[in-house]
Amino acid sequence: MVYKITRKNVLEAVNKEKRLDGRGLLDHRPIEIKFGVSNKAEGSVSVKIGKTEVVCGIKMGVQEPYTDHENEGTMTTSMELLPLSSPNFEYGQPTIEAVEMARIIDRGIRESGFIEFEKLCIKDGEKVWSIFIDLAIINDDGNLIDAGALAAILALMTARFPEYDEKTEKIKFGEFTDKKLPLNADKMPLTITFFKLGEKIFIDPTREEEEVTEGRLTIEVSKPEKEEMINAMQKGGEAVFSIEEVNSMVDEATKIFKKLNSLVTDELKKAKKEAKEK
Amino acid sequence: MATKTKKDIVIPGEIISKGNDFLPGDWTMKQGENIIATRIGIVEKYDKLIKIIPISGVYIPRGGNVVIGEIKDITMNGWMVNIGGPYSSFLPLRECPGFIEESEMENVYGIGDLIVTRIFDVRRTSVDLTMKSRERGLGKIQSGIVVRVNPHRVPRVIGKEGSMIKMIKDASNCYITVGQNGLIWINGDDIEKQAFAKRIVEYIVDNTTTEGLTEKVEKWIAENKPASIKTVPKEEKSEENVEVKE
Amino acid sequence: MAYTKRIDGRKLDELRDTSAKIGVVPNADGSALFKQGDTVAIAAVYGPKILNPKHCQNPEKGVLRVHYNMLSFSVSERIRPGLSRRSQEISKVTEWALAPLVLLDELPGTVIDVHINILQANAGTRCAGINAAAMALAAAGVPMTEMISAVAVGKIDDKIVTDVTKEEEDYEEGEGATDIPVAFLSNSGKLTLLQLDGRIQAKRMKEALEAGKEACKKIFEIQKKALKEVE
Repeated sequence: MVYKITRKNVLEAVNKEKRLDGRGLLDHRPIEIKFGVSNKAEGSVSVKIGKTEVVCGIKMGVQEPYTDHENEGTMTTSMELLPLSSPNFEYGQPTIEAVEMARIIDRGIRESGFIEFEKLCIKDGEKVWSIFIDLAIINDDGNLIDAGALAAILALMTARFPEYDEKTEKIKFGEFTDKKLPLNADKMPLTITFFKLGEKIFIDPTREEEEVTEGRLTIEVSKPEKEEMINAMQKGGEAVFSIEEVNSMVDEATKIFKKLNSLVTDELKKAKKEAKEK
Repeated sequence: MATKTKKDIVIPGEIISKGNDFLPGDWTMKQGENIIATRIGIVEKYDKLIKIIPISGVYIPRGGNVVIGEIKDITMNGWMVNIGGPYSSFLPLRECPGFIEESEMENVYGIGDLIVTRIFDVRRTSVDLTMKSRERGLGKIQSGIVVRVNPHRVPRVIGKEGSMIKMIKDASNCYITVGQNGLIWINGDDIEKQAFAKRIVEYIVDNTTTEGLTEKVEKWIAENKPASIKTVPKEEKSEENVEVKE
Repeated sequence: MAYTKRIDGRKLDELRDTSAKIGVVPNADGSALFKQGDTVAIAAVYGPKILNPKHCQNPEKGVLRVHYNMLSFSVSERIRPGLSRRSQEISKVTEWALAPLVLLDELPGTVIDVHINILQANAGTRCAGINAAAMALAAAGVPMTEMISAVAVGKIDDKIVTDVTKEEEDYEEGEGATDIPVAFLSNSGKLTLLQLDGRIQAKRMKEALEAGKEACKKIFEIQKKALKEVE
């Protein structure tokens, strides 16, 4: 519940470089990852950041390629703000919040070169694989973009192709191969959204904190070779940022990228180990 | 977090008494020969009355309760207040001390303000509030932070004869006002102390079903107290004036 | 070939691995996860709360609003996100199944929202949804006269079976497959959900209902245990 007084509280805390839950401005809440939440999906994962929980399922399809990308697979990202997850979400057409979040997450993945779209081509100009990245919120406690983006990446990395019948040109749904999606692991993009309140900037807000922020900047970072790359950026909300602030956030983003990257690597290793043991 | 199966939690429809030993009280009903629970909770027997103490769900307003509510709207004769749950609550103008002009109402309690108030009448779906009470501390919340918890865990936050709430106050140097509807107002010198008090409250609420809660809370406080909060020694009542050093 | 042995080796009246857990959606007033074999349903309850706009309020009793939907990746062939006609129908029959339990007369002018989402589907999704929803309502402290448990029984070829799987639903040999989702109240033993998809001889209906009743008793025990586990 966000009250009039909440803004004062959060502002007072961040002005002292602290949060109400004791964290620093650039600290994440505990992150919990669980793979395989839906065995019907080609890949799936649940990501919890604090009390926020997002699930992501990867579904594959086959279709005709777009005319300007005749030998490339396609990708579609959707985000469902399930009314289950918050008293503030309603049924109906996707809200602008959901649409914007999905598009930000989509851009970061698309631009990074993480997915090798040409390797998703089945027949030039005729048939290509399409990847559906479907995100759904299970519990909303803020920072949905970062949680969703992380879930998308992890789901993609553990997804595998379904069986495809070349003669009928149809997917044998329910039958999976061992073949992973064509990904450049070293081009993996990770998303960090910075939020602004007053003069202070912080990451990973709870819903209560996020409701009183004035603006945000989402930065999607990858490190393909020696150098960090920015694959997408989006400023949201009505706050204004100075050049110094933006430069400082870009700097911080590269540092946070390192932390998230080792978390992802550890989690994938764990998942691989568990899969082998089964 | 450890899960414990509590033998005395009953679920809706569960038979809690057979025959005519008891009369059905809150959240129970007669079903043939038996009395069943109609809400998840703990059975309590009081003389010939058997009832359920709820452990979850909406707050049940009771006359005399101190609650913290949010001003939702201002009408000609008072303020509409949200105290949680499916009740419309109203603070009539005549229940406020002094004389308030209609044009002044917004300044006294404005939309979005939080107030500490007292319930004086409960009807089927509406509640009347009052600011006229011997209870001190009623009024508008101007500073501090407000935490929202499961109203059924409030007794644990207060503790036996206020022992738990005293522990929170001592550890954080903050004033704590507990609304029976699950809103808790924490007021202190600075945000760090208030934030710490909030975390202690949240720890208590997350662990109400654990045994030895008091010891656990003491331990948690010792392990998590920020260095910047120094315990102010209690003023000793003595012949000489003892200076309180920070 | 006649259906003599079940595809997954279970006995005719055997349930799949069933488990339940409450408190999975912290924001909700009550929530539960219910797993029936491979089928996974989550339910979250918000309320009772005042129903707005005011003209929608029922001055006599509270309103129960149920929404059921499957997540796009819960099935083999992706479902487009958003409500479908199937989910609308299931939402309604679920509401009719749950409403008799809730003491709505004591909650005039209010609404209780029940949200059910299927994470993973292998038949029996509406039943798993009802099982999860019942637990979420109880956990939310909603006043109820009893609990409800649901299961999909079926007739596969000429055998009455309990807890039908997708593979069984697709069985085409012999008499084919008939899917009969049912829900029974825990105390009164009355039915509040009954649907039939397929064909069955009238005289065998009794057998199917008995099988459903027995299975629901077992499911009730699992729901009860999960509700009594407090963290």
